Amino acid sequence: MIEFRQVTKRYDSDHTALRQVNFGLDRGELAFLTGHSGAGKSTLLKLIMVMERPSAGELIVGGQLLNRLPRRQIPYIRRHIGVVFQNHQLLFDRTVYDNVAMPLEVMGASPREAGRRVRAALDKVGLLSKEKMNPMQLSGGEQQRVGIARAVVNKPPVLLADEPTGNLDPELSADIMNLFGQFSQVGVTVLIATHDIALINEMGRRTLTLDHGRLVAGGTPLVGGASGH
Amino acid sequence: MATDPRRKADATRGAKTSRAAWRQQAESYLTHHRKVARDSAARLWQTPVASLMTWTVMGVALALPVALLLLLTSLEGVSAGWESSARLTAYLQLEVPLEDARELREEIGVDGRVAEVELVNREDALTEFRASSGLEDALDYLEDNPLPHTLLITPEESARSEAGVEGLVRFVQGMEGIERVQVDLGWLQRLNAMTDLLARAVWALSLLLAAAVVLVIGNTVRLAIENRRDEILVAKLVGGTDAFVRRPFLYTGAWFGLGGGVVAWVLLQLSLWWLSGPIERLAGLYRSEFSLNGLSVDGALTLIIVAMLLGWLGAWVAVKRHLDDIEPGEIAGG
Repeated sequence: MIEFRQVTKRYDSDHTALRQVNFGLDRGELAFLTGHSGAGKSTLLKLIMVMERPSAGELIVGGQLLNRLPRRQIPYIRRHIGVVFQNHQLLFDRTVYDNVAMPLEVMGASPREAGRRVRAALDKVGLLSKEKMNPMQLSGGEQQRVGIARAVVNKPPVLLADEPTGNLDPELSADIMNLFGQFSQVGVTVLIATHDIALINEMGRRTLTLDHGRLVAGGTPLVGGASGH
Repeated sequence: MATDPRRKADATRGAKTSRAAWRQQAESYLTHHRKVARDSAARLWQTPVASLMTWTVMGVALALPVALLLLLTSLEGVSAGWESSARLTAYLQLEVPLEDARELREEIGVDGRVAEVELVNREDALTEFRASSGLEDALDYLEDNPLPHTLLITPEESARSEAGVEGLVRFVQGMEGIERVQVDLGWLQRLNAMTDLLARAVWALSLLLAAAVVLVIGNTVRLAIENRRDEILVAKLVGGTDAFVRRPFLYTGAWFGLGGGVVAWVLLQLSLWWLSGPIERLAGLYRSEFSLNGLSVDGALTLIIVAMLLGWLGAWVAVKRHLDDIEPGEIAGG
């Protein structure tokens, strides 16, 4: 589902964020991405989101080579990728429902269809009763779950999370991780960037470790060319 | 990806399904447009003072050239009216007796270029002058009637061109007993030259003020874009196309235009109402049919539509310049 082939990202002539990164993630796989701050975690996620383009190497997401994707196509790729942020990026000028509905609105889903899917997503994260509230009224953990509902509402095949448990206590973090586990069980490829070593050890999943832009652990490529559709 | 089997199933279900899907797509597209249009209008209402100020600025900028345009049309109406009724006035020499004047009238009357000739007796002329000028006392001091017999010549329709009238003037001028022929075309030509000049000035002013409107709306929409930065970022993040992100701002521009057009119309009606009394009196003094015409329904609609287009254009300029700068790259941080 996600495949990095010798991907390098250079920002300036002297700052190289990623060096020849090689790895693949299969459908339904859940993996952690870790490393010291500035190791290139965010850059790697940005490359998948097409917020940045690789300087060298090939990056394939969902069978699409992203290197030379025309600018106009970027929105359509993003519709297949759900993202969860540490600061959740919710909009406080609208209700929880409207926040979660945004990806569907962008796709032009009919209001009836949107209503059904938004409620399903909110139900999944256990916030169905709070759909009419403003996200500002919710606790940090609840806000994060709204962010997750928004990320999965259009059932994307790929889910990325950048420090999704950064501000949460361990119990809430475990809840959130459980949710991610459930998504991967239904076939969503999940990649979680995090510092939280305790959490990683607890989950016992594959872990990609970056160090100064190099992938030093967990970089096994896909087996048997499973990426090649 | 794993969507292939589903796609195949769709294909076999045939055209009926795809047409229904297409219809549904179009419907939700229209629903979305309605929603965006409503939302952007609602946003303008939420800041009524700021919106009203923008509308007023636009209204003033639009009302000015339209007012001048209306004035211009009215003036052109005046000169067109006079051109068709261009008359020659031939003053006879003072010593020419009434008999000879009658003969001259006959002679001129048979010319093909002349529709009608009227003889104004010098005695009648003096009586009329006495009555209308208010110089009765001064005239009493005069021993003789200073006015000559006068012929008022109305040219035939075909001879009312500038060249035709000039030819006629030369013909009458050459006759015995004619002192002077006067055509009141000089001031008409000056009026025409002035309306031409005014027309150009109005167009130049219109262009400048249209540009000003576009810039004002552009700036206002730029602020709106800044205010909704987070929303734009999220929309781009979840796969909103450029058109999707632009749409609310283009509607905002169009609504600013609508408000500005309506304000301009109100301003025009108000000033027309305020000016109509004095204009009537002035026109009355000149014995003129002149009247300042307001905007017709078509004109008002055109004004509002043009205003909306200008607003839309201004928003488009702002969106083009500023929206591309907002990219979600900065969200994820280092």
